[in-house]
Amino acid sequence: MAQTRGRVALLVTCLVDLFRPTVGFAAVALLERAGYAVEVPPGQTCCGQPGFNTGDRASARALAERVIEAFEGYDHVVVPSGSCGGMIAVHYPELFAGDPAWEPRARSLAARTRELVSFLADVAGVEATGARYEDTVTYHDSCSGLRELGVRDQARRLLGKVAGLTLKEMRHPEVCCGFGGTFCVKYPAISVKMASEKAADVQATGAGTLLAGDMGCLLNMAGRLAREGSAVRVRHVAEVLAGMGDRPAIGRAS
Amino acid sequence: MSTLPASPPSTAHAFPLNAAGAIADPALQKAMGRLKGHFIDKRAAARARLPEFDALRDAAKAIKDHTLAHLDLYLERFEAQVTAAGGHVHWCRDAAEARAAVLAICREHGARIVTKGKSMIGEEIGINPFLEAHGIEPVETDLGEYIIQLAHEPPSHIIAPAVHKNKEQISDLFVEHHHAGDRSRRLEGIPELVTEAREVLRRRFLEADVGITGANFLVAETGQTVIVTNEGNGDLTQTLPRVHIVLASLEKVVPTLEDVSAVLRVLARSATGQEFSTYTTFSCGPRRAGDHDGPGAFHVVLLDNGRTRLLGSEFREVLRCIRCGACMNHCPVYGAVGGHAYGWVYPGPIGSVLTPALVGLPEAHHLPNASTFCGRCEEVCPMRIPLPRMLRHWREREFAAGAAPAAARWGLGLWAWLARRPALYRAAARLAARALAFLGGPERRIRSLPLAGGWTGGRDLPAPEGRTFQALWAEGRGRR
Amino acid sequence: MSSREAILGGLRAALGRAEGDGARQAVAARLAARATHPIPARAQVPHDEQVELFRRLAGEVGATSEILPGPAAVPEAVTRYLAQQNLPAEAAIAPDPELRAIPWHERPMLALKPGRTHGDDLVGITGAFAAVAETGTLVTHSGAHHPTTLNFLSETHIVVLPKARILGTYDEVWKRLRAVPGFVPRTVNFITGPSRTADIEQTIQRGAHGPRRLHVLIVDGGS
Repeated sequence: MAQTRGRVALLVTCLVDLFRPTVGFAAVALLERAGYAVEVPPGQTCCGQPGFNTGDRASARALAERVIEAFEGYDHVVVPSGSCGGMIAVHYPELFAGDPAWEPRARSLAARTRELVSFLADVAGVEATGARYEDTVTYHDSCSGLRELGVRDQARRLLGKVAGLTLKEMRHPEVCCGFGGTFCVKYPAISVKMASEKAADVQATGAGTLLAGDMGCLLNMAGRLAREGSAVRVRHVAEVLAGMGDRPAIGRAS
Repeated sequence: MSTLPASPPSTAHAFPLNAAGAIADPALQKAMGRLKGHFIDKRAAARARLPEFDALRDAAKAIKDHTLAHLDLYLERFEAQVTAAGGHVHWCRDAAEARAAVLAICREHGARIVTKGKSMIGEEIGINPFLEAHGIEPVETDLGEYIIQLAHEPPSHIIAPAVHKNKEQISDLFVEHHHAGDRSRRLEGIPELVTEAREVLRRRFLEADVGITGANFLVAETGQTVIVTNEGNGDLTQTLPRVHIVLASLEKVVPTLEDVSAVLRVLARSATGQEFSTYTTFSCGPRRAGDHDGPGAFHVVLLDNGRTRLLGSEFREVLRCIRCGACMNHCPVYGAVGGHAYGWVYPGPIGSVLTPALVGLPEAHHLPNASTFCGRCEEVCPMRIPLPRMLRHWREREFAAGAAPAAARWGLGLWAWLARRPALYRAAARLAARALAFLGGPERRIRSLPLAGGWTGGRDLPAPEGRTFQALWAEGRGRR
Repeated sequence: MSSREAILGGLRAALGRAEGDGARQAVAARLAARATHPIPARAQVPHDEQVELFRRLAGEVGATSEILPGPAAVPEAVTRYLAQQNLPAEAAIAPDPELRAIPWHERPMLALKPGRTHGDDLVGITGAFAAVAETGTLVTHSGAHHPTTLNFLSETHIVVLPKARILGTYDEVWKRLRAVPGFVPRTVNFITGPSRTADIEQTIQRGAHGPRRLHVLIVDGGS
């Protein structure tokens, strides 16, 4: 086996697993090309955020314990999602605060967990992924990634090195798209209003592609843009960085 | 007396309905667009101009945390200073006691007309309808508060109370109330409207018997109450009448003058992007011997109304709030629905944390739930209040009480049950991926889905790729 | 039990306050220490730069200012300003010994009424306790020398400010304010520009209730 820089465990996330495996494979490709051996712990299901955000700490803890166990022993845990990444890195220590058995394990996992793009840029030191993507692209900053994990410049730096790609910023890339987990179905009118404001911001850039690092945002925005009859293609940033930008876009046949 | 008006009634329970109405209201939507553009850009510019801004936020947080941890002692010191200056402090456990204290002072001085500077505590205790029911006329003097007083509406923002109104609506209100409906007197321009309001209210300022202001801060060291305005209405309210009443909740205390200037350095910048508000005024006590003007009596009405309970709870940090409004200015939910949708006195993120504490979670439960936890509020809060965490605490209380909506409980319960059984979970996911991909058809999108109307009402549901990542990976990395 | 006792008792319970836990001493010490917090560097500059900073920031919010060589130049400056604003040459003026020392007799057509105003005076003239370069702010306080109504009721407010009283920061103001005889006065006003409102469609308008115009005469030389 070739020398690697370390073992990375991929936490696929429930939305990538269910809706868009391409993102998972893009993440694997990017990590392997950066010199890491990638494993996908088989027992993984959900990071526990839905229960956590609904106030069900008990079920969130139960799922978190499984995640902690499944991902013990890896040098790095990488997540193609700011929201699941934030759940682990920021909220797992809170969930287990004061628990002598679990808090140290939660803190250890939190310290080893990174969102994908931030891992590539900040830990692996990747400056360019060697991909090509011919389009004008606009990038949405998913809230958890931005505000819990500080992911902002990394994606833009890496996209800046993609051949053929022009990046055009929205007026407010940092404003929430209205997904918010269960919020989007609990308060659909408000959620759709927020999504349509973001859609208008996207359209105003003239970009042909919308990228972000979180499947929740991407499904929400792809769904809204499609309902508005927009031609904008929506993808996960990992797909473009991994050179898989020729696959059908989210919610499209091509 | 059951006929007396109570603290302002809440429509928070009707938040979804309120919100739907707000989203469908073009005038309101236009007004919200103006608000966002104005306040968000200005705060960013003010922050960029002051390199010490974030360090001052940390200092302000530390000042308030220390004060809250010693609140009883600082309040005692504040009271001693006010008393030494010839003023009176009235301790009020709840809204009813505060209303009674204000009424007693007004009656003592034979007051018929009371001018008011903007006071959220005044809103919280419903002082205006109460005074009116007792034959005393309250006159709002902050232009925004005056406008909504004419319109018989509550404020929709804590520092820009009439932000939801446009010029045409205000012109109509002035014609109706200043000129008995005579349309020939209707004004078109904003300068003319402001001038007319200035003239009308100037007469009221001069004839008022009592002036009521709020207080952004109470300075323990000196016994001073601090108000922050741009119009000067608070100053005319508190200087011209015979009596000055200050309404303030307990947590407004700050220890020293150095402490208050540290917090003032982040207040106006966070609220409106100004370096400092036009008028920041420190007052203590009645006029002194030798003064040419000023009130003969000074009263501070200190209100608890749930603050002590908050202090001893996991919501203590919300007591750091300095009422700047930055959270709601930056909140995309507030920006979509405006302040009235929240249904009570305090809107936006701060309102979503405070309202359940003050009117009860059963009445206000929608408010902490109507958030995506985007975190923009916490990001801009000058006092670094962890608002999303507080909202989550309310959801935890709701869940623990078994009060979360049944569909959500069952759905999430099922999800968690599956997620604890990986093999079953994987099988269910494979099934769902295939089923949804099938429903998506060749266009790979689902336009409507039973039980998922919340999603598909306003957007398509992108179809999954058809196989799960786990299944493909288990097959030996089935990369195409 | 009185409401006061109930509230204080409730606070102590919520805080887990115990007698002899050192809290009283901590509070007393902190009040006495008057510790400062981060102070904006922009105003910690030589005095000439502070004066310029004050003028620039005050100007940004609509306060006009000019520098005069000495108190003797004040009457001419006031008369000229009022004429430029098309205002009559009359004003209510604070009964301030420093203002009385100005040679107003050199402008006998300027009619000055010492004392407070009830709103019938178009112009109010006062001194100022200090100014804060940090934000372009004037500081006044109530007293026999300064009726508060002169700051608010007239449409035009003219302030005679000795240049040496322009301070850098709020922290410097507090030190001086505490030394004022009779501290604390009824009112301390911090004034940053003329009155304004943005309550109609977020459009800024001057002269909402307070003055429409604020003009500062910065007087060099002497106190």
